[in-house]
Amino acid sequence: MNKTIANAEEAIKGIQDNMTLMLGGFGLCGIPENCIAALVKKGVKGLTCIANNAGVDDFGIGLMLHKHQVKKMISSYVGENAELPAGVGTEVAIGKEVRKFMVDGVEKEFLMEYAFDADFALVKAWKGDTQGNLIFRGTARNFNPMMAMAGKTTIAEVEELVPAGELDPDHIHVPGIYVHHIFQGVNYEKRIEQRTVRKRN
Amino acid sequence: MLDKVGIAKRIAKEIKNGYYVNLGIGIPTLVANYIPEGMSIVLQSENGLLGMGPFPFEGEENPDLINAGKQTITIVPGSAFFDSAMSFGMIRSRKVDLTILGAMEVSDTGDIANWKIPGKMVKGMGGAMDLVASAKNIIVAMQHVNKAGESKLLSKCELPLTGVGCVKKIVTELAVLDITPQGFRLLERAPGVSVEEIKNATQGRLIIEGDIPEMVID
Repeated sequence: MNKTIANAEEAIKGIQDNMTLMLGGFGLCGIPENCIAALVKKGVKGLTCIANNAGVDDFGIGLMLHKHQVKKMISSYVGENAELPAGVGTEVAIGKEVRKFMVDGVEKEFLMEYAFDADFALVKAWKGDTQGNLIFRGTARNFNPMMAMAGKTTIAEVEELVPAGELDPDHIHVPGIYVHHIFQGVNYEKRIEQRTVRKRN
Repeated sequence: MLDKVGIAKRIAKEIKNGYYVNLGIGIPTLVANYIPEGMSIVLQSENGLLGMGPFPFEGEENPDLINAGKQTITIVPGSAFFDSAMSFGMIRSRKVDLTILGAMEVSDTGDIANWKIPGKMVKGMGGAMDLVASAKNIIVAMQHVNKAGESKLLSKCELPLTGVGCVKKIVTELAVLDITPQGFRLLERAPGVSVEEIKNATQGRLIIEGDIPEMVID
C-alpha cells in the first residue's frame, strides 16, 4: 500500500476554507513546516487550528495567523505568539460535566472533556516509510502521534522517506494505518525557540 | 533575604534519592543545578522526556531536544522519550514524586493560581493544570510579595485557580512554609529576615510556633 505523494502542495490539496486542522508539535519542535508553508502559499482561510502552541510571530502557525488564515485557535499555551488577541484560550470547567471516581480509596472529581475532531491532521516525523509508518526523534514526538490518530485524513511529512520494509517494525511509533498521505519534506529550518547553552570549561 | 538562586538551592534540599521530579519554568528550572552530589534522581520534562540533562555546550544544540520551556537541553544516560499522552499519563497516575513550580498566588489552604490574570493576555495554562491536579507533592517557588508590595500568600486566591488544595510547601525569598489545615506554618526564615517581616508579608493565616530557625544554605 503506497501512500507516498510528491510534496506539501499535493498533500494539502483537499484542505479548503473553514476546515478544522490538527497540527503536531510542541513549541517549534516537531511542527509540520512544509505543510504550514504550503497552506500559507495556498491562502486557505477561516481555519480552526488545534495545536499545543500557536508558533511564534514569524514561524510555525504564526505564519498563518499573520496572514489572518486562522479563525480559531485551540491550544494549551500561546504565550510565545504576540499576535493572538486577549481572550483566546481555554475557559476551564465552565459548562462541562464533572464526574466522581475513586482514586486510592478517596472520591475525586474529574472533568469530562470531549475529544477533538479534525478534517485534517498534519504531523511531522523524523523517518517514515511508503506505508505511512512513522518514527520520531527526541522531544519532537510530543503531540504528533495523538494528532495523527485523530485526523479524518492524516498527512505526515518526514525528513527521510524510505521504502516499506526498511524500518524495524519494533521501532515504529505510529503505525501506518493512521497515515493517509506521506511525503519527504524539504529545507527543514527546525528553528530553535530558546537557545540555552553552557560554557565549556 | 534569598535571591532566585538561594530559593533554588533551598528547594534542592527537599529532593530525595530516587525521586522522579518535574521542574516548572523559571526558578524551578534552576533547582536542577543544585541537586546534591551523589544523589540519583530523574528529571521529567512534560513535553516527552525522562532523564533531562543540563543545557548543551555551545554548538551542540539540537532542535529536536527541548524542555517544556522550549529551551535546548541534553539527555543523561538512561533517558527515555515518549509522546504527550504517555507523559501526562505518568503525571496523572502520580508516578512523578515531586513537582516544583512557580505561582502568582497561593492560599493558606493550598490553592494555587499561576496561569491567568484577568484583563491581561491569556497565555494558557500549558501542562500546569494536569500537574497540580495529580502531583503527589507540590513545592512552590515564588516571591513572597508582588511588585506593589502586596502579599502573594493569601487567605483566598484572587486570580483564577490552577488547582485546589494541592500545594504542600512554599519557598520564598523570605521563608519556608508548610501548608497545614490551620494555614501557613512557618518553618524557616531566610538569612537576615525576622519573623516580624514574614508576618507583615503574609496576608493568609500564619502559624508561628516556638523559635523559627534560619535556613542553612551552602
